[in-house]
Amino acid sequence: MSIELGHFALILAAAIAVGQTIVGFLFWRTGNRVTAFVRQAAVLQFLFILVSFLALVQSFVLSDFSVALAYEYSHTQQPLIYKITSVWGNHEGSMLLWVLILALFGAAVAVFGRNLPGDLLALVLGVQGALGAAFVFFTIFTSNPFERMNPVPFEGRDLNPILQDIGLAIHPPLLYVGYVGLSVCFSFAIAALISGRIDAAWARWVRPWALASWTFLTLGIAMGSYWAYYELGWGGWWFWDPVENASLMPWLAATALLHSALVMEKRVALKVWTIFLAILAFSLSLLGTFLVRSGILTSVHSFAADPTRGLVILAMLAVTIGGAFALFAWRAKTLRVGGLFAPISREGALILNNLFLATAVAAVMVGTLYPLILQAFGGPMISVGAPFFDLTFGALMVPLLILLPLGPFLAWKRGDFVAVIQRLAGAAGLTFLLTLVTVFLVGGQVSLATLGLLLGFWVAIGAIAEIVDRVKLGRIPAGQSWLRLKGLPKTAWSTALAHFGVGVAVLGIVSVSAWETEKVVSIGVGESVELSGYEVRLSQVEQLAGSNYIAERVKFDVTAPDQSVRSSFSEKRVYTASRQPSTEAGILTYGFSQFYISLGDQDESGNRVVRVWFKPYITLMWYGSLIMALAGFLSLSDRRLRVGAPKTARPTPQPEPAQ
Amino acid sequence: MKWSLTVLQILMVVASLAVVSPAGAVNPDEILADPVLEARARDISAELRCLVCQNQSIDDSDAPLARDLRLLVRERLVAGDADSEVFDFVVARYGEFVLLKPYFGLHTLALWGATPVVLLIAIAALIITRRGQKARPGKASVPAVGLSAKEQEVLASLQDESSTPPKHEAES
Repeated sequence: MSIELGHFALILAAAIAVGQTIVGFLFWRTGNRVTAFVRQAAVLQFLFILVSFLALVQSFVLSDFSVALAYEYSHTQQPLIYKITSVWGNHEGSMLLWVLILALFGAAVAVFGRNLPGDLLALVLGVQGALGAAFVFFTIFTSNPFERMNPVPFEGRDLNPILQDIGLAIHPPLLYVGYVGLSVCFSFAIAALISGRIDAAWARWVRPWALASWTFLTLGIAMGSYWAYYELGWGGWWFWDPVENASLMPWLAATALLHSALVMEKRVALKVWTIFLAILAFSLSLLGTFLVRSGILTSVHSFAADPTRGLVILAMLAVTIGGAFALFAWRAKTLRVGGLFAPISREGALILNNLFLATAVAAVMVGTLYPLILQAFGGPMISVGAPFFDLTFGALMVPLLILLPLGPFLAWKRGDFVAVIQRLAGAAGLTFLLTLVTVFLVGGQVSLATLGLLLGFWVAIGAIAEIVDRVKLGRIPAGQSWLRLKGLPKTAWSTALAHFGVGVAVLGIVSVSAWETEKVVSIGVGESVELSGYEVRLSQVEQLAGSNYIAERVKFDVTAPDQSVRSSFSEKRVYTASRQPSTEAGILTYGFSQFYISLGDQDESGNRVVRVWFKPYITLMWYGSLIMALAGFLSLSDRRLRVGAPKTARPTPQPEPAQ
Repeated sequence: MKWSLTVLQILMVVASLAVVSPAGAVNPDEILADPVLEARARDISAELRCLVCQNQSIDDSDAPLARDLRLLVRERLVAGDADSEVFDFVVARYGEFVLLKPYFGLHTLALWGATPVVLLIAIAALIITRRGQKARPGKASVPAVGLSAKEQEVLASLQDESSTPPKHEAES
């Protein structure tokens, strides 16, 4: 029964979204008179989708196998958490989660955007409604999660073992919040183009949404990377896989958007470009959705598995993105150019940031889509993999990272390059020193890794130098510096923190790429293998039964160079319902480094193939991402009161109850 | 078959990882005695695609075909092939699809050229916009400096308003 309620709630939500769209687009000029309607519609739409989502969750939790989706992806013996996460561990359910978050953002705009001018709010919610309607209808007609089946099976087929992990509870929701949050920026851009209201205030309204999306995308991508790292069993953390690229492109675009919106907010320049980026960022999210849903990229055959879905999404993509860019091309000319500035200035630095980030988007997109396009034109089948991306993407990141610390030091309008270099001289010196010491310690030769270290240290120290410079440490009495430090605005902290996070992440990536060690051996119980000063002894093998799997668990005793001994467990599991195997790697963390032990097959003599890796400073890349996300939250907390419009921008004051 | 396809789709949808097979890579019995040759074999393996996997190099995959290819690469190296000869040999057998880093050629000109071209066009566009902005002040300096009649009016009314603070305060 509740399933039908959920189904019906979803249909109602679609109807509300249609109404919201029509009213928003037809009557936006009347301003405040329709805002009450579209705002309520946005909130209602969210509530109805929430009801339908909860109905689906309920069917999974109660193992109601009359629901085809629950039968297909759930199992009575799953732990509760995986029963819930299984809801979005499949196409239909994840589509529902997607529209739920889309509606959540629409409702958030309705609630927080009380101070927005009525015409703009009506348009923004109109666009949100259109997106909502399109994707809810897509869900209902091509991917309905509420299909029943008869006769009702006795037991479900269980979720893929790789997905039965806490990662599934965290990674997709985070990523979706990031993806879908960009829809608000998109809606604001469309509203701006239609209404012609594009000014510094617009940038101030958009920035919190861009910031929130970016923060969640950062967390989502980092989490996905760590999940892949520990779950897949050979310690890879980034594969330049089309699906990963699909999440990286919106992230790059959102990063560029954050920076260009800053220029627009502070200096009323880069208007056209910022609008373009706002449209682009969400278009890339949609493209990602299309690539993932249709499966067109990873395998040409899975496209044939369900061509309707792919084609429908492609059509929606064409209408949304094509329409948005057509509107952009038509209306962008009317935007006047804003404040002027010299090439060497904060604006100039931010433009360079955008130049490299946008080109990086292009590089990733070309690499991802090229095999497909080549084939469509009758060319040979080719693969574009990690080596291509490492080369092109890496090359673009080098100048970006070199220039990054300079940006915050440059003044708006006209900066003094020589003075900036002087103020950063200490940071540069420290960078070279630290790099030299590190290379010397690892017994180094000068290689690409040296360049990477230089970049990482440079960015991280440059960020610290910015704070040091702002509080004039050493140039004025310490007490005064302390006062200045306490008085620093949160935006200054978040900028420095985010950039510091980038540096830390770069250091982790460089370190593990350059100095990772690996050994593959075949050993029996009691035997050991030595790697990078660590001794790994296979000490025990036992059989154990999990709630819905049986496993062979191997215990390893790892003796670190300081003679401390810790135990690690690696497992080979077989999930009883699906009969699918899965491996769990054993990971031991030493400081920022990790020791990674993975089990291979058993050979004829009864020995086990054991693969061990020492991954120096690998966790820095995820800590760096976390620091970046933390900076995002910090900046958001500062702007929370400014999510709405500044009061002066209100065209017609709303009636005050006090009078 | 349908089941396995669905599984793949879920993976692509949710896991953001298109890799199905768990733990992979080289087995002890494949490793060459000569560490230099073995290192070369590993580097080559990282650039060859496992044809039956989603998007994995043969170095990462434990699929039987990946193992066969790893052994083949090592066989060629032991026979004295240069790296490029090994690649050519594998491509001759399995097609260019096997290369994760495609050859530079007419058919990949756009692939390899796209990024530098986009960068150059963007730089050119920046310079042109810049010139346009520099050239304009000459013509546009009058409106930029002076205010239009309407703007003067607005300014005057604002000044009026601010010069009579008591009234303003009373309003709010």
